[in-house]
Amino acid sequence: MLPNKLKESLEKQIAHADHPREMVVDVMLALQDHYGYLNDEAVETVAALLEMSPLEVEEVATFYTFTYRESVGKYVIHVCDSVICWMDGYESIRDYLCRKLDIAVGATSADGLFTLLPVCCIGYCDQSPAMLINRKVYGHLSPEKIDSILEKLKVET
Amino acid sequence: MENYPQVLLENCKPDRITTLEEYEQSGGYQGLKAAISQHGEGGIQQMIEDANLLGRGGAAFPAGLKLKSVADDAPFPRYIVCNADEMEPGTFKDRVLIHANPHMIIEGIIIAGFSVKAQKGIIFIRPEYESGARIFEREVKAAEAAGYLGKNILGSNYALEIVVHRSGGRYICGEVTAQLNALMGKRPNPVQPPPYPTEKGLWGLPTVLSNVETFACMPHIIRRGPDWFKGLAKTETGAGTKIFCVSGKVKRPGCYELPIGVRLSEIIEDYAGGMLDGSEYKACLPGGASTGFLPKEHFDIEMDFESLKKVGNRLGTGAIMVFDHKTCLVGATLNLTEFFARESCGWCTPCREGLPFIRDLLLRLENGEGREDFIPLLEEMGRHLWSAYCAFAPGAVAPLQSLLTHFGEEVEEHISQKKCPFKQ
Ligand SMILES: Cc1cc2nc3c(=O)[nH]c(=O)nc-3n(C[C@H](O)[C@H](O)[C@H](O)COP(=O)(O)O)c2cc1C
Ligand code: SF4
Ligand code: FES
Repeated sequence: MLPNKLKESLEKQIAHADHPREMVVDVMLALQDHYGYLNDEAVETVAALLEMSPLEVEEVATFYTFTYRESVGKYVIHVCDSVICWMDGYESIRDYLCRKLDIAVGATSADGLFTLLPVCCIGYCDQSPAMLINRKVYGHLSPEKIDSILEKLKVET
Repeated sequence: MENYPQVLLENCKPDRITTLEEYEQSGGYQGLKAAISQHGEGGIQQMIEDANLLGRGGAAFPAGLKLKSVADDAPFPRYIVCNADEMEPGTFKDRVLIHANPHMIIEGIIIAGFSVKAQKGIIFIRPEYESGARIFEREVKAAEAAGYLGKNILGSNYALEIVVHRSGGRYICGEVTAQLNALMGKRPNPVQPPPYPTEKGLWGLPTVLSNVETFACMPHIIRRGPDWFKGLAKTETGAGTKIFCVSGKVKRPGCYELPIGVRLSEIIEDYAGGMLDGSEYKACLPGGASTGFLPKEHFDIEMDFESLKKVGNRLGTGAIMVFDHKTCLVGATLNLTEFFARESCGWCTPCREGLPFIRDLLLRLENGEGREDFIPLLEEMGRHLWSAYCAFAPGAVAPLQSLLTHFGEEVEEHISQKKCPFKQ
């Protein structure tokens, strides 16, 4: 069940929109933040809030890079694997993350903190190799830099 | 190094946006004032057409013509959409512009919106640009407070509201018709025109959609005139400046605002600081991932839409990705094809099936398992992709087709040596 406060704030935003369904991405992302990922209950709830069918929400939910229909870690790391980062050695960055977190690409670390996914060019090619963690950008990556980023996130948790 | 006039990146600060006050002091919102009090709807459209402003989102469509294609008796409400999706690999000029001067873009949206009597403006922005989305939300409020947005704009009876719409992230959402579907909460597959969006767009109503940089040019055209704008370019056929974003094997990757028609060699050697030490220039993609490899013989080419068309390439978004003599172009094409295969929306068969097939052939070539008969097969697949449903697919095979045309030898070496010649 959705907490009343979240439900009310979403309903208020939806009431402001000309057509409820134009809010589908915002509402999916809000529920994803709440549930940890877009589980079946979340899809149903989005549909009910926006007067859409669950199937229509599913069509959109399975389309986007940043909506997760499977459970993910607290932090989702998206490593850019497009051509500029490829030239600048994204493969070694990706492999370093795999070793450090002891997971394969697509998996979540044992402590449930980190999920590692590839992503297309994030528009920071002037700072390649680059990655996102929960949609925040980190550029000019090196193993040392990754160590300090991950340490900081672990401490914050 | 010449000091070319800075128009779009004038006032650009290294670590913060140009504030509303700073923008106003440098002539900001003067264009809007003149547009409303002096030129009127038709006048604005004519000025933008006379300025020969071509769309900066990749397709180079004439911006004035687009505004004019909204019929006088078209229904209301009408929409104006700013495309800040910018998901093409190598392209980050819109990001830099948003962080440099959001009000220039907002003013452009209002001017264009006024000229087609739009009541609602939408900025469609990719999720990776969350900081850009927040900047827009804040500065739209500032523009409202200053009387540039909302009801009775600058004392007239024109009203416009602008909202920021965050995408969930997919490259195809940058394509106009897919973007309109995304905005309506539908699965973002493209839709083939007609009807064109300016006739039936969002919710079946007239919609004008343009790129961030295209909007940013408009206030300057209104304020300083079409002739001034055309005069900024170095070539007869060109008009205005362009933000070239340079990445790859150069010393100073980044965005450089230069006249349309500036030479590629000048951009790379003077502005981007030249090649990295130990790197020699081999080729570049001159306008993003959906343009072709431009071979070394064109190192001096004038960077204008026309000159690139003449050599069978495109200026696209002006994102110049530079490759050096140590980079394998088969490997680069494989990477680019992987991007397109992943981002295909899956709607039509040539693209959905063709790109993974091309990717597989390239992977085998790169791994030394290529055969002579792969080359005609790749050529044929490249042709098939041109009959796909939307412009995504022809763009997706631009690197492949140019690889086969200009760098056939490199492909051959992969076959004869049974390995990638660039790998030790
Ligand atoms: C697959 C694909 C992706 C596109 N992505 C973008 C984009 O991210 N930003 C953009 O402005 N135009 C993009 N375009 C071009 C748009 O379809 C459209 O031509 C452009 O936004 C119109 O604005 P303009 O006339 O100012 O260039 C894309 C086109 C295709 C086919
Ligand atoms: S060409 Fe590709 S992106 Fe365009 S409609 Fe077909 S599958 Fe979708
Ligand atoms: S290619 Fe990695 S950020 Fe653009």
